[in-house]
Amino acid sequence: MSDQAYNFAYLDEGTKRMIRRAILKGIAVPGYQVPFASREMPMPYGWGTGGVQVTAAVLTPGDVLKVIDQGADDTTNAVSIRKFFQRTAGVATTERTNEATMIQTRHRIPETPLTGDQILVYQVPIPEPMRFLEPRETETRRIHALADYGLMQVRLYEDIARHGEIATSYAYPVEVAGRYVMDPSPIPKFDNPKLDDCPAIQLFGAGREQRIYALPPYTHVRSLDFEDHPFTASKADHACAICGSGTSYLDEVITDDAGGRMFVCSDTDYCAQNAKGGA
Amino acid sequence: MALLDASGGDIFREEEARMTSSSSKYPEPDGPLLSVRSVTKRYGARIGCEDISFDLWPGEVLGVVGESGSGKSTLLGCLSGQLRPDAGEVLFDTRDRGPVDTLRMSEPQRRHLARTDWAFVHQNPRDGLRMGVSAGGNVGERLMAGGARHYGRIREAASDWLGRVEIDTGRIDDRPRQFSGGMQQRLQIARNLVSGPRLAFMDEPTGGLDVSVQARLLDLLRGLVRDMGLSAVLVTHDLAVVRLLADRLIVMKDGRVVETGLTDQVLDDPQHDYTQLLVSSVLQV
Amino acid sequence: MIEVQNIAKEFTLHNQGGAVLRVMEGASLTVAPGECVALTGASGAGKSTLMRMIWGNYRTDHGMIRVGDVEVSGAKPRRIIALRRSTLGYVSQFLRVVPRVPTLRVVAEPLLVLGMAEDRAEARAAELLTRLNIGENLWSLSPTTFSGGEQQRVNIARGFVHPYPALLLDEPTASLDAANRETVMRLIEEAKARGAAILGIFHDEAARERLCDRQIDVADFVPGRGA
Repeated sequence: MSDQAYNFAYLDEGTKRMIRRAILKGIAVPGYQVPFASREMPMPYGWGTGGVQVTAAVLTPGDVLKVIDQGADDTTNAVSIRKFFQRTAGVATTERTNEATMIQTRHRIPETPLTGDQILVYQVPIPEPMRFLEPRETETRRIHALADYGLMQVRLYEDIARHGEIATSYAYPVEVAGRYVMDPSPIPKFDNPKLDDCPAIQLFGAGREQRIYALPPYTHVRSLDFEDHPFTASKADHACAICGSGTSYLDEVITDDAGGRMFVCSDTDYCAQNAKGGA
Repeated sequence: MALLDASGGDIFREEEARMTSSSSKYPEPDGPLLSVRSVTKRYGARIGCEDISFDLWPGEVLGVVGESGSGKSTLLGCLSGQLRPDAGEVLFDTRDRGPVDTLRMSEPQRRHLARTDWAFVHQNPRDGLRMGVSAGGNVGERLMAGGARHYGRIREAASDWLGRVEIDTGRIDDRPRQFSGGMQQRLQIARNLVSGPRLAFMDEPTGGLDVSVQARLLDLLRGLVRDMGLSAVLVTHDLAVVRLLADRLIVMKDGRVVETGLTDQVLDDPQHDYTQLLVSSVLQV
Repeated sequence: MIEVQNIAKEFTLHNQGGAVLRVMEGASLTVAPGECVALTGASGAGKSTLMRMIWGNYRTDHGMIRVGDVEVSGAKPRRIIALRRSTLGYVSQFLRVVPRVPTLRVVAEPLLVLGMAEDRAEARAAELLTRLNIGENLWSLSPTTFSGGEQQRVNIARGFVHPYPALLLDEPTASLDAANRETVMRLIEEAKARGAAILGIFHDEAARERLCDRQIDVADFVPGRGA
C-alpha cells in the first residue's frame, strides 16, 4: 500500500535516528527544548513540519494513526498529513481517539482521555514561551538554564494589568515537573489540565524553529498563575448544538450573515460518539 | 528612632543630646560593603582598567570620574559582573555568607545578587527597561523573579515605588516609550530599587537629560541614598554631579587611578596634574 | 575641641610648570569648648585656607589638625564625612545645593542625614528660617534664586540647624542688615553658651569684639615671616 519510492515514513533512517535521540533527550529532561536538525519536508513551514518529523521518527508499521487539526479529523491540514503517512508509511489510520496508537495534533488535546499505549505529537509554531518578551535566544536559554522565570510572570502580570484577568487563552505557559517553563503549543488553556499527569507520552515538534521537547507519562504540569488570579480552564458557556455535551471545548460557528451562530464541539470524534450516545 | 519618637516634652534638646553622641542613623558598620582588590581588565594589548583597588562602605557614594576612554565604564562592568576582569577580586559583603568574591561566584548566584542586592542604572533607560512592558510590570519584575506571586501586592509595591520616584501612579499601565526621558530614568531607578538593594551601580545616570530634569533626579537619588542607606558607585564625567552626590572620588586616567579622596578635597585641592587639568577645564556658570 | 599644630600648606600647580606655592607654615592654634576665636589678617593671608584645612577640604601635608577625637590631617575620607555629619559645622560664604530643592529641605537636610524624622527636622528648620527673617512664602522655593543676603541667611540656618560641637564660620555677618546681623550674633552666642568651639573670620569689627574671646593673626603663619 505504501509508495515504494519512499523510505518508511518518508525520512531516511539516519534522520529518524537523529530525531529519536532528540526525543529521548527531551523525555529525559521534561520541558527542555532540544535543538535538532530539522529537515525540509514536502509541505511548507507552518503546516506541521515539526510534528510530522517527530511522528515519522516514532511511527512503526503496526501503528494506527489519527491526525487532528483544531480537534477535527476532516480539515485540510489533518487530511493532508494523514494522506502523507498513508502514502509514505502505509500505516492504518483512524478518526477514533481510542483506536489510535499515535495522534498528531494541531492546537487541541482530544476530549477522550488518553492511555499509556498512546503517543500524542503536537505541532508547535513557536516553542519559546518568552519569545515576545525577550527576543534574544542567548538570553532565553540562560533564563531557562537558571530557572530565572520572573519575566514569564511579567507576561501574565501584563495580561491582568491590561485586561483585568489573565487573558492568555491559548499557548498558556506551564511549569513542567517543577523545573522548566514550557509553551504547550497553541492549545486552548481549557486543555492545560489534560497535560498534567497524562498516561500517554506527549511529544512537541517545532520544524521551523528546530526544537523538540517532551512530557514523559505522568509528568506534573502546572499552569502559571498568581495567588489572587488563579488559573482557570475556561470554555464557551454553552452546550454543544450537535451532541449536547456541556463539558467539551466548543467552536463558535457563524451560520448566516444575520448574526446567527452556534456552538459545536471542536473534537469531531468525541462529538460524533457522544451524539450516538456511546462516547 | 523608636527612642526619639517616644520622647515627649523638649524634643529637640533630647534629640540633640542623642544625635551628638551617636551621630548617625546607621550604626558604624563592621566592614566595607564592597572591597575591590587589584582589578585589571585588558582588551588584548590595550588596558581597560589596571590594578584598581578601593573599599566602599555602607551608605557611601563613590564617584568615578575621568574622560571618555579612561576606563571608568570598564571598571563598572567588572564590578557589576557584566565584564570578566583578567585579575583581581571583588568582595561583596553578602547578607548570608559575609564577604564573597563575586568574580568567582557561580552565574546563578551572581544573577541572584544582581536582582536582589544590586541595582544597575544605565545611562540610557532603554538599556535598563523593558520598553514593551508597562511601568508596573517593569517595577514588578524583580519581585516576581524573587518569587512574588500575588498580583495585588506586586501592584501595590509597584505603585508605591512609582510614587517615590515621582511618577503619577495613574500611569502604572502605560509603557515606558510613552514617558519622557526623565521619567524613563526615574522608572529605571524604581525598577532597580524595588528589591531594596544595598549597592547601586550607576553609569552616567543624569547624562543626556535636560539640566532641570537632572536637578530633580539628583535630588531624588540623594534622598534615596539617604533614606535607604544605599551605597553606590557612580560613574560620570560630570564633576558637578559628583560634587552633589558623591562622598568620595576616584579619578581615572588611561585605565589607572591617579587620585582618590574626599570629593570636595579632590575638586578643591587636586594634587595630581591630571586632576588639576580636569577641574580647571570645567566651564563656570 | 579644635587643635592645630604646626601645619604648613603648599600648592603644586602642575599646569603652570609645576610651580610650588607655599602659602602657610608653622600654624598652630587651639579652640576650647565654649570659646570663640577670630582669625584675622589681610585678605589673601590664608584665613580661608586654614579654615578649609580644618574642614578637610584642603589637604594637610605637614603638621596635625584634630577636631574632637578625629585627627583630620591624614584621616580616611569616611572619618571626615562622619565628623562633618555630627561634630563639625561650617558656614561658608557660598551656598552649594542641588538646584530645585526647596529651602526648607536644604536647611533640614543635615538633620535628615543624622536620621531625624522629617517632620521634626522641618519644624526645626522652619524655626530657624523664621528667626532669620526668611518669609514662609520662600520656603518652598529653591534658594538658588534668592538674593545674596537671603542665600547667606539660608546658609547660616543650615549651619546652625544641628548643634555641632565645633563650628567654622566664614564671614557669617557679611552682607546682612542690622536686624539679621543681630540675630546671627545671638545664634553664635547661644552656640557658645551650649559649649560649641567656634573658629571664625569676621571682618565686622563690632561683631568680633562682642563675640570673640581671642584673635589670631594668620600673618604670623605666612612663610618667611615665621612665628
